[in-house]
Amino acid sequence: MPDANRKPPTPASPDLPGERGGWEVVIGMEVHVQPTTRSKMFCGCAVGPLGDPPNSNVCEVCLGMPGTLPVINKAAVEACLKTALALRCEIPRHTKFDRKNYMYPDLPKGYQISQYDLPMSINGHLEVGGRRVRIRRVHLEEDTGKLIHAGDKLHKAWESFVDLNRAGVPLMEIVTEPDLRSADEARDYAVALRTLLRTIGASEADMEKGQLRAEPNISIRRAGSDELGVKTEVKNINSFRALHRAILYEVSRQSEVLESGGTVVQETRGWSDAEQRTFSQRSKEFAEDYRYFPEPDLPPLELDAAWIEELRRALPELPGSRRERLVSQYGLPAADAVLIAADRDLADLFEGAATAGADAKHTANWIIGEVAPSGKFPTAEHLAELVKLVTAGSITRDQAREVLLESVETGRSPSAIVAEHGFAQVSDESALQAELQAVMAANPRAVEDYRAGKKQAIGALMADLTRGAPQANRKVAMKLLERLLG
Amino acid sequence: MSELTELTIKEAGRLLRLHSISAADLVTAHLERIEKLDRRVKAFLRFTPELWEKQAEAADERIKQGDTGALVGIPMAVKDVLCVRDVETTAGSQILSGFKPPYTGTAVSRLFEAGAVMLGVTNCDEFAMGSSTENSSYFPTHNPWDLDRVPGGSSGGSAAAVAAGEAMIALGTDTGGSIRQPAALCGVVGMKPTYGRVSRYGLIAFASSLDQVGPFARCVDDAAITLALMAGRDPLDATSSDRTGRDVLNNYGDAVKGMRLGVPREYYDVEGMEKGVKAAVDQAIKTLRDAGAEIVDVSLPHTDYGLAAYYIIAPAECSSNLARFDGVRYGISTEDAQNITEGYMRTRRKGFGTEVRRRVMLGTYALSSGYYDAYYLKAQKVRTLIKRDFDEAFQKCDAIVSATSPTVAFPLGSKTQDPLSMYLCDVLTLGGNLAGLPGISVPCGMSEGLPVGLQVLAPQWGENVALRVARAYEEASGVKAEVAPLA
Amino acid sequence: MPLSKEEVRHVALLARLSLEPGDEEFYAEQLSGILAHIDRLQQLDTESIPPTAQVVEVTNTLREDVPRHGLTQADALANAPAAVDGFFRVPSIQEEA
Repeated sequence: MPDANRKPPTPASPDLPGERGGWEVVIGMEVHVQPTTRSKMFCGCAVGPLGDPPNSNVCEVCLGMPGTLPVINKAAVEACLKTALALRCEIPRHTKFDRKNYMYPDLPKGYQISQYDLPMSINGHLEVGGRRVRIRRVHLEEDTGKLIHAGDKLHKAWESFVDLNRAGVPLMEIVTEPDLRSADEARDYAVALRTLLRTIGASEADMEKGQLRAEPNISIRRAGSDELGVKTEVKNINSFRALHRAILYEVSRQSEVLESGGTVVQETRGWSDAEQRTFSQRSKEFAEDYRYFPEPDLPPLELDAAWIEELRRALPELPGSRRERLVSQYGLPAADAVLIAADRDLADLFEGAATAGADAKHTANWIIGEVAPSGKFPTAEHLAELVKLVTAGSITRDQAREVLLESVETGRSPSAIVAEHGFAQVSDESALQAELQAVMAANPRAVEDYRAGKKQAIGALMADLTRGAPQANRKVAMKLLERLLG
Repeated sequence: MSELTELTIKEAGRLLRLHSISAADLVTAHLERIEKLDRRVKAFLRFTPELWEKQAEAADERIKQGDTGALVGIPMAVKDVLCVRDVETTAGSQILSGFKPPYTGTAVSRLFEAGAVMLGVTNCDEFAMGSSTENSSYFPTHNPWDLDRVPGGSSGGSAAAVAAGEAMIALGTDTGGSIRQPAALCGVVGMKPTYGRVSRYGLIAFASSLDQVGPFARCVDDAAITLALMAGRDPLDATSSDRTGRDVLNNYGDAVKGMRLGVPREYYDVEGMEKGVKAAVDQAIKTLRDAGAEIVDVSLPHTDYGLAAYYIIAPAECSSNLARFDGVRYGISTEDAQNITEGYMRTRRKGFGTEVRRRVMLGTYALSSGYYDAYYLKAQKVRTLIKRDFDEAFQKCDAIVSATSPTVAFPLGSKTQDPLSMYLCDVLTLGGNLAGLPGISVPCGMSEGLPVGLQVLAPQWGENVALRVARAYEEASGVKAEVAPLA
Repeated sequence: MPLSKEEVRHVALLARLSLEPGDEEFYAEQLSGILAHIDRLQQLDTESIPPTAQVVEVTNTLREDVPRHGLTQADALANAPAAVDGFFRVPSIQEEA
């Protein structure tokens, strides 16, 4: 049935649970991640930014010119191994590359160099929301080029255009077991994976730049069943939100198909962000037969224990264990620890400031409330200083925000900024008394009202005080004013 | 100046350094020879005046500056599977018609740096698939010793060019015997190095785990020098070894006295072995024994399975290697295809010749779902057995000697209808490719007025051993590669 | 094991080779002949024999992650049968919609 004529299912509710009308959702994820390298997987071409002129970041190797040969990029191998270690994978001693044969214009050699039966790592796991998602394998391969189709719809295109700038860019493929049970879990997994990749410096993992591409395999089955249903694979997902929506859509679609007595077709479907639906992408006239065989142009890799150990030692603390440590060592509430540990820079800032003597909870508040949303990072020393100024009552919260901003912009220390602006909060009673007496003299009516029992008149006096003396410590001033009026 | 086309590298070098001749003179002499003969021999596909002019001039300048490099000013021909920047390189195929590589392969560029002067591109079987050069999509090459016969293949153009005195040295490639067999049939020296000795960068791949680049020359010395200058680790070929090129010359001038030379009985009585070839090889073995070598019997028990294993492994790899010829980035393309698949299928049907299509089909089949284990994996295991045969034989001997080809050059057209009979030309050579061994073919007399070749195989990285035996034989026998007697 | 015409058609599609009149019979006959010779491999017991994919023991040849200059766009496209605006042009990508 042509998909285009299908009525889209009613928009799925965002809080759709894993089980819907007696269906259990089963999701496995294939995630392609571009490791951070300067050059391509098998040649010296620079990994250029998106938007370079077409076919300008290419050489004879990645163009698949006759006579050319691949040579493995060491940095890509190390990024993949670091990822595998961070995902607690087993790393076999022997690994090799294979050719995956199929002809397509975005694949210059007519085969993709990938890994088949001896991937670089197997059997790992990642903790997501307290559940363990099993990682089946992490392997290394090369990206394809980009196709642009003439005409607005694929099937109407009468010619296509090939740009091979992306061809040969390294990719890690990270495959889970079908352990995810809802759209929420799948999204949380992808987010956790991104955090991990950034923490260990293996990838920038920016979905919008195509550095992290999540392809969920989705099937549904009757709750309680042990058998897996027919799955569909969804591609073209370019944000976590889209990942979530695409899974919800597929679950609705599949359950409608099954509930109306149909069968789900095993196929690849594309996600359309514009239409918020998936569409059938590839229903080939025959099943592709990739004819994998060992890549004769690349000698196998022997991953010796010393090399792996060296990489393992160089790994930073991973988000999971750091989160636990932030709770146990600094006494942070679990919710704060989750937010801070998810970002290596935030966590480093927190620990730096806390180590410099700032109160942990206050520091966390400042990081979650101010630094994270703005993305503007002070140094740990400056943040510590700022938090101390606030907790000591030397400056007001509003002042502190201003100081933080200026400190980030100028790189100067908060205490220097406070001194320069005369921001230091005035808590000295004799100084405040003079100010307050001036305010009272200027507002005899309010003073009278207050003394006549209209206690709220004190607000007007305080407001006048703040206008004339913003650095006044309001708490101290209020108490003093009450005494003067009483 | 026709005698200039009969010189060895050493002789030419002496004359060049004495300023008796110039590099330009050498080029001219060879061009005159080509002019006179190549209409009949048809060794060359294309000529490269843009290169020989500059390179000869540069060579003369280097000699004037006192450069004593062995290859400075030496005229060279290059097989049509080795990419040379801006020179049309087609692998003997229509599908690459007009293709000018934007780069030069490592072996060729190293010889350019060593001062060699490129005369042109030589004919070969399409994608190096064949044993007679009749599978060239352009025209067949003729054997300079008998123009009605094949020069062998796939590097038949290079072998014929050297045999006819049209080039002093030439480059070929050897996947199952494609250097050694035409060298034998044309009466010249041809060497296939250990797999990984010479970079394959720039070699249009036929079967990646078997292909090697090697030299043709008219004496063992010339082959050795040429090989030494192009060998050695290349960062652009991950399968190239970090052993230096100079290794191939270690002790290679030593006598053969005291060496143990193995004669494999399976190679001795191979199917289709001609009496005259056998007699010439027997005589050669006797010469080596007389020179002090000990001749020992060895066995290569899986010889009968070599051809079968080879004709799975090579086609399987080629089916993948040739997938890039799709009419998108280079080569020919068919017009007005309705969709990409149709475009691919028509371009490739039109661009590939019969033998190439046959092997692509065979290799695709051998790798396809359901057949991989029965064919490809099985062939790889048999490859292990064949390699072990050689390992064991080399326990008993330092090198293996045999005929290079069971026959002398055969008449054009006599095997083109029966692929298996053509494949059998390689039974004595392809074992060396499956096991990655260095092997050399050196002329060892005549049979029915046609050259016979003696093959010397050595253990991996034993080029110096193979060269030493070949050179000792050359010296002891007095048999020297001659320029074919063409008027 | 002789090859059927149907197998020939399947393999030709995998190999992206169009079949012209007579090709099916030709390949079926020729490939069957070669395979008949190749079938002798089945006589060997290779149960315990490891496969050889690469014949020389070279391992771990890795490249440092250093970019180098590639080709200009003009050089990259110079050999293309059809190049338009910096792209390679190809016929429609057949995908059922």
